[in-house]
Amino acid sequence: MTTTYRLSGVQHVYGERCVVDIAHLSILEGEILGIVGPSGAGKSTLLRLLNFLETPTIGHIEYRGSAYDGDVPLSVRREVTTVFQRPMLLRRSVSANIRIAQRIRGGASGDALIDQWLDRLGLADLTDAPIRTLSAGEAQRVALARALVVEPSVLLLDEPTGNLDPYNVGLIEHMVRSDTDRRGMTTVVVTHDPFQAKRLADRTALMISGRVVEIGETEQFFTDPKQPETRAFLRGDLVY
Amino acid sequence: METLARGFGEAVQLLLEFEPALLEIVGLTLQVTLIALAIALVLGIPIGAALGLARRIPGRSVLVPLIYTGMGLPPVVVGLFTYLLLSNQGPMGSLEWLFTPSGMIVAQTIIALPLVVGLTMAAVQAVDPDLPVQMRALGATRRQIALTTLVESRIGVTAAVVAAYGSIISEVGAVMLVGGNIEGETRVLTTAIVLETRKGNFALALALGIILLALAFITNFVFYRLQLRQGGP
Amino acid sequence: MRLRIWLFVVVGLVATSCSGDDASEVHVLRLATTTSTNDSGLLDSILPAFEEEFDTRVDVVAVGTGQAIELGQAGDADVILVHARAREDAFVAEGHGTERSDVMFNDFIVVGPTDDPAGIARLSLATDGFRSIAGAEATFASRGDDSGTHSKEMALWAETGITPDPNSGWYKSLGQGMGETLNFANESAAYTLTDRGTFLSQSERLPALAVMIGGASIDQNVDPALLNPYGVIPVNPDKGGINVDGAAEFVAWITSVDTQEAIGAFGVDAFGQPLFYPDSEAWRSR
Repeated sequence: MTTTYRLSGVQHVYGERCVVDIAHLSILEGEILGIVGPSGAGKSTLLRLLNFLETPTIGHIEYRGSAYDGDVPLSVRREVTTVFQRPMLLRRSVSANIRIAQRIRGGASGDALIDQWLDRLGLADLTDAPIRTLSAGEAQRVALARALVVEPSVLLLDEPTGNLDPYNVGLIEHMVRSDTDRRGMTTVVVTHDPFQAKRLADRTALMISGRVVEIGETEQFFTDPKQPETRAFLRGDLVY
Repeated sequence: METLARGFGEAVQLLLEFEPALLEIVGLTLQVTLIALAIALVLGIPIGAALGLARRIPGRSVLVPLIYTGMGLPPVVVGLFTYLLLSNQGPMGSLEWLFTPSGMIVAQTIIALPLVVGLTMAAVQAVDPDLPVQMRALGATRRQIALTTLVESRIGVTAAVVAAYGSIISEVGAVMLVGGNIEGETRVLTTAIVLETRKGNFALALALGIILLALAFITNFVFYRLQLRQGGP
Repeated sequence: MRLRIWLFVVVGLVATSCSGDDASEVHVLRLATTTSTNDSGLLDSILPAFEEEFDTRVDVVAVGTGQAIELGQAGDADVILVHARAREDAFVAEGHGTERSDVMFNDFIVVGPTDDPAGIARLSLATDGFRSIAGAEATFASRGDDSGTHSKEMALWAETGITPDPNSGWYKSLGQGMGETLNFANESAAYTLTDRGTFLSQSERLPALAVMIGGASIDQNVDPALLNPYGVIPVNPDKGGINVDGAAEFVAWITSVDTQEAIGAFGVDAFGQPLFYPDSEAWRSR
């Protein structure tokens, strides 16, 4: 199995604080990697590094065999995208918000593709609805459609279902799973909810204080964790 | 009270008669105002957007207060400055723009520009700071991020356009000084109002004032409809 | 409700405190006049004597003759001091004012660019100068504001039989005050008709302009049409709210020999010649 990302000796520092400190981490082609951990563990920062939104202070991130220092080619950047916890939509219609992703890439606007995604995510009736009229779940589904319509080869999800009801959580998880499998996409999902990782991820990692404490096959991670911190976290103890 | 009633009557009559002299004044008013507005927008929106987006520009701590001051520039001071600039002894005297519509456009552009820059900057800064991050995560270039943010702040930018338009169409000090209120050449609604008031033709002056307000209202009505369509208010 | 009661109390207190102070109550006289009397500094120079003598504050509204007359017609002034003889007579004839009295005069002059493209400097009559200007289509700046000066200019054009057209290119109708019109003429190499006082007081800042018709002082002005008489008219008391006594006192005071002397002395120090010449009946028969 090939790797999409290989991190070695990566540290990222904000001011005096080292928020990410990863000695080694490989993210595999076509897998869904779940990252769990308490808030402040550096999960979101890790995603920002993986999306090339920031450059690590020390060490390097190898993406598909190449390490980039600062200047990441646009074509490489455009293979990756992130859905954040807040959907960050434009004050326009639903379809315009999905079209913007295509526009950014300069591709011809594929209205058929947009309709397809609206349909898959149960938004077909809302095509022309203004964004401010959407519920939180609908808005997050639009954000997911916006990410998937350009068929990224890496999808990063940062607490994508943080405040949503079970119906929306189920719909979004289903869509992520099916698109990952259909296109062989690599997906990293950061979540504070261990059950989401358990449902969705092929492998799961626990991050605490910027470090990856344990990583393993999801089933093994939950049934037979090796590290005491993982056991504590899964018991629901407070870990830092 | 009588003068007021007479003014309204005369305004209606003037409009119905389509008097050529009045049409010329209205035409020049719109021409000068709209050209000055267009120049101010073409220059001011990119500058305002740049200042709103890039928070680390050298000299910003001086530039921004300077723009805020410019937003409240007394038109008569702008008029005086433009007058001296364009006068025969001034550095731009050779253009021979004093007492011409071009000179008036220069003065009004100077009045409108800080308003456009300042309000565009504020509008762009009011956009959620996470939006550019999301756009970059979608693979946008810096240019695309800037453009998307600007479009997202369009309601605020429309307010900048409205404020600039209102301030220059109703402005009298600068156009009087720089234009000279020459009949058939540089006389606009505001200077005509001053003139008719001085002549004691209060009813006619009021009629012209009503026409000026109507022009402002019609244009603002159009702007507001645009704003509504953009997802406002 | 309580607020309204309080308002009554406050208003009442203010009212009592005002009327209880009768002894030192200041009378106010509203004088509507033309910009030339005010901008030249004449009123500032002579009015304090009146204010002291009659314990009256004079509120000066300095506007164009047209607006000054309109203010009188509306009863928004107690007395007017203007210079447009025909309109002054009409004002009285229509019953807006009681009686017109001569006060003073100065004169108009024609000024123009020093290189004199219309060749009028050798002429002595304004109408001849106007004909040459129109013939040469040399730029002419008109006040165009219904002021006394503008009325005089139109009367002169009427005498020449020429009706200048504001859209002709050479005739510029500005609709502005004398100072602005002189600035325009200075910048645009234009001829214009001006009262001598305003031109004298600004001539330092008008290097491109020189006197063409009217001579260096009023003694050398040989065109009787250029004389510029000022009259004073009390507004008709029927308008209501008019300070009748104040207006009468003002007319008597400004035409008195003492005040006339002060008018004749004004400006001599600064310009080497008076800006206004006394001309009241009392002065002429002193």
